[in-house]
Amino acid sequence: MDIKHTDVLIVGAGPTGLSAALTLKKLGVAKVTVVDRELEAGGMPRLCHHIGFGIRDWHRIYSGPQYARQYVKKAIANGVDIHTSTTITGWTGENTLSFTSPNGLGEIEAKAILLATGCRERPRAARMIPGKRVQGVFTTGSLQRFVDEHHLPVGTRAVIVGAEIVSLSAFLTLKQAGIKIAAMTTELPRHQIYFPFSPIKWILVDLLERATVQTLTRVSRILGQKRVEAVELTHLDTGKTEITACDAVIFTGDWIPEHEVARAGGLAINKGTRGPQVDAQYRTSKRGVFAAGNLLRGVETADISALEGRQAAHCIHKFLQTQTWYGHKLPIEVEQPITWVYPNTISDAEGQPIKYLSFRVSEFRKNVSVKVYQSNKLLHTQTFRQLSPLQTVRLNGDWLTALNLEAEPIKLVITS
Amino acid sequence: MQNIYDVAIIGAGAVGSAIARELSRYQLTSVLIEAKPDVGMGTTKANTAIWHTGYDAKPGTLEAKLLHRSYELMKDYIPEAGIPMEPLGGLLVAWTEEQQQTLPSLLERAHTNGVTDVRIISADEVYQLEPNLNAGAWGGLFVPGESIICPFTIPLAFATQAVLNDVTLKLDFPVQKITLEADGTTLVQSSHDSLRCRYVINAAGLYSDEIDRQFGHSNFTVTPRRGELIVYDKFSRSLINHVILPVPTPTTKGVLISPTVYGNILLGPTAEDLEDKTNTATSEAGMRVLLEKGHAILPDLISEEVTATYAGLRAATEHKDYQIRAHSDQRYICVGGIRSTGVSAAMGIAEYVSGLLTDAGLTLTPKAEFKTVKMPYIGNAGIRPHQNAELIAENPDYGQIVCHCERVSKGEILAAIHSPIPARTIDGLRRRTRVLQGRCQGFNCQAAIVDILANETGQSPRQILALEDKNGH
Repeated sequence: MDIKHTDVLIVGAGPTGLSAALTLKKLGVAKVTVVDRELEAGGMPRLCHHIGFGIRDWHRIYSGPQYARQYVKKAIANGVDIHTSTTITGWTGENTLSFTSPNGLGEIEAKAILLATGCRERPRAARMIPGKRVQGVFTTGSLQRFVDEHHLPVGTRAVIVGAEIVSLSAFLTLKQAGIKIAAMTTELPRHQIYFPFSPIKWILVDLLERATVQTLTRVSRILGQKRVEAVELTHLDTGKTEITACDAVIFTGDWIPEHEVARAGGLAINKGTRGPQVDAQYRTSKRGVFAAGNLLRGVETADISALEGRQAAHCIHKFLQTQTWYGHKLPIEVEQPITWVYPNTISDAEGQPIKYLSFRVSEFRKNVSVKVYQSNKLLHTQTFRQLSPLQTVRLNGDWLTALNLEAEPIKLVITS
Repeated sequence: MQNIYDVAIIGAGAVGSAIARELSRYQLTSVLIEAKPDVGMGTTKANTAIWHTGYDAKPGTLEAKLLHRSYELMKDYIPEAGIPMEPLGGLLVAWTEEQQQTLPSLLERAHTNGVTDVRIISADEVYQLEPNLNAGAWGGLFVPGESIICPFTIPLAFATQAVLNDVTLKLDFPVQKITLEADGTTLVQSSHDSLRCRYVINAAGLYSDEIDRQFGHSNFTVTPRRGELIVYDKFSRSLINHVILPVPTPTTKGVLISPTVYGNILLGPTAEDLEDKTNTATSEAGMRVLLEKGHAILPDLISEEVTATYAGLRAATEHKDYQIRAHSDQRYICVGGIRSTGVSAAMGIAEYVSGLLTDAGLTLTPKAEFKTVKMPYIGNAGIRPHQNAELIAENPDYGQIVCHCERVSKGEILAAIHSPIPARTIDGLRRRTRVLQGRCQGFNCQAAIVDILANETGQSPRQILALEDKNGH
């Protein structure tokens, strides 16, 4: 079999992978190869035909497809080797991945590997919503491919499950396709639509006012014979149910890292994030293998992922030069209502200190302290006026400089 | 003058398709009639996907006899037709002292049924075979012959082979009226079509009682027994090595946990008698029961993702055995009440039915040539097209993955759409190729698949997506 050799192999040509590739080239790495299973490079933003991309990384506002094209163009111009329609099928060595493609099968051996495989939304089946298997059930991802990529009909009247930032993306796609929004539901007491940027905020507020966000509401059943005809909504506070007619249901959010390649390689997976366990330098549990972006914890905006890609590129570059690899030593654990944190392990006390950790909670909390313990020793306390579910929060990381790596795991807890 | 078929088989599930295949060896003109738009769309497609030995069938019944015979026939047919199958063996686990005490009688029953390799094993052996099972097993019964199989490929293989051997397949033909004519023919009518034949075989599954009534009989009533199932993510596959069976009760084989040939884990089925023969909806209560039972048997399942849930309806009757009867005077054979063992027993049933046809006066003369069939392989244990360098070199579409979760290539999708029994619906493509059956459930590929299907079949996307009926409304 044909074995290719490269300096850095990046799996996934989305914002994380491409910005990492671009950065590596700028740092002088000779051979950077990016593979993607899709027909085109650019990742998820290709499917989001609305503006709001590029704020933190390019300091401009692009539409999703413009943003994706920008990255692909820059990467190619800087000599990044991009292979699309190339699916990673497994690991054949410590740092060798096998692939299939229309050009045949092959293997790629790399000095370092970056996994940037992104995430997907939890579909209806995984949420175990009862009813028949009918047409008209979507995720935001499949909806956007229907509307913008393949120009296929979606229906006339939709229910959006979820009321967070990605639900807004589904909302905009439906509006653009001329589809009525019958309801937007969330099981939480409040909607979680945060406007990522201000210029078009007023348009969104206007749109949202016309849609009804039903809080504390769960879609408890899908009705219909061949096609969705209605959904049963259960109001969690009263227990009452109602039937809402619709011919499409869009399940939004509830992200799962697309960790197939990571798991196939035997990488340690974090229970909270469901992504690969990583330290502050994006190092996984396997030597020479890094992970960054939405694969680490589900969706963040594209620019945040792209900035992570840049950071990861610097860490990879350092590894290529020094060949130093410490290995995970000290796990960082969380206690409910904190659902996850990353980085979620510490490899070594030297090197650059962690500037901050990112974490999420599962319920609304006001005026709380997040405390960091190792055994009974309090390492850090930080107060927050408000914590909300589905919102990533930063915790200061400068307490991580003087740690006993041989002692017990670090633990994050919330106290009122 | 309308063509008169020698035999019309009503119902293209596993049983009807197997009968059509069996009859296609002979110099006959046969027609296989199906109400739905594809073969294998009823009970056949939503079951536990086990190839049963029949070890626990009631001795002396026709079911026990035909399961046993079918097992022998399938041993040759499975490799010949390329049907995904893994001979994992079944492990029946006794979780209480009471269940443990039933093991000797189950062993005796297995031996009576001719399944002689079954043996009782200790609790220690149970955990040696299945280290991830919950604590508390008293012991078990090991049934080496129980295997997992692809229930989608089976009816397609039978029906495809029948079609290749000149059986006519009529889909979208829901039989509404059957008339025995004075000239010795039978008129079979749907709302929009009709055909004439000399012999009728009723393999209509859930509707076999209704067809039987058309001939004036009322020997049995089908009560749809709903079974709900949960399919777990492929990452859970390594949790078990065998089909984990419960101790059966008189009404059901119980909830099992089994690997699938696609590399998932299956949990189910529930057993609930309904009235509506179309109610294949899953229910909140059913899912809850399954989760409880599943986690009690295999605690690690809790942390695994669910890939799919589905429900199927078994054709249960008030009788304990198959309802297979020949009515020679009417040139009619009823093959009803094939409860939950249809996939496993189909080949045995088909052979038995051809004997009944001979008894009823039909002469069966073998054809000079009986063409074989080789189905596209969609299992996890063998080589799939995307792993086949030669195939990709010949046709790069086999290296172009469309469904990433199940690694289904564009080449396989096109081949299924242009196969002898073409896939014309999303569901038809799913069962032939595995598209949309993976963990993302279409997040990535649903739109591309609708696009390909519309382009290749000339149907409108609205029709494929059930946004309008066939007349364009």
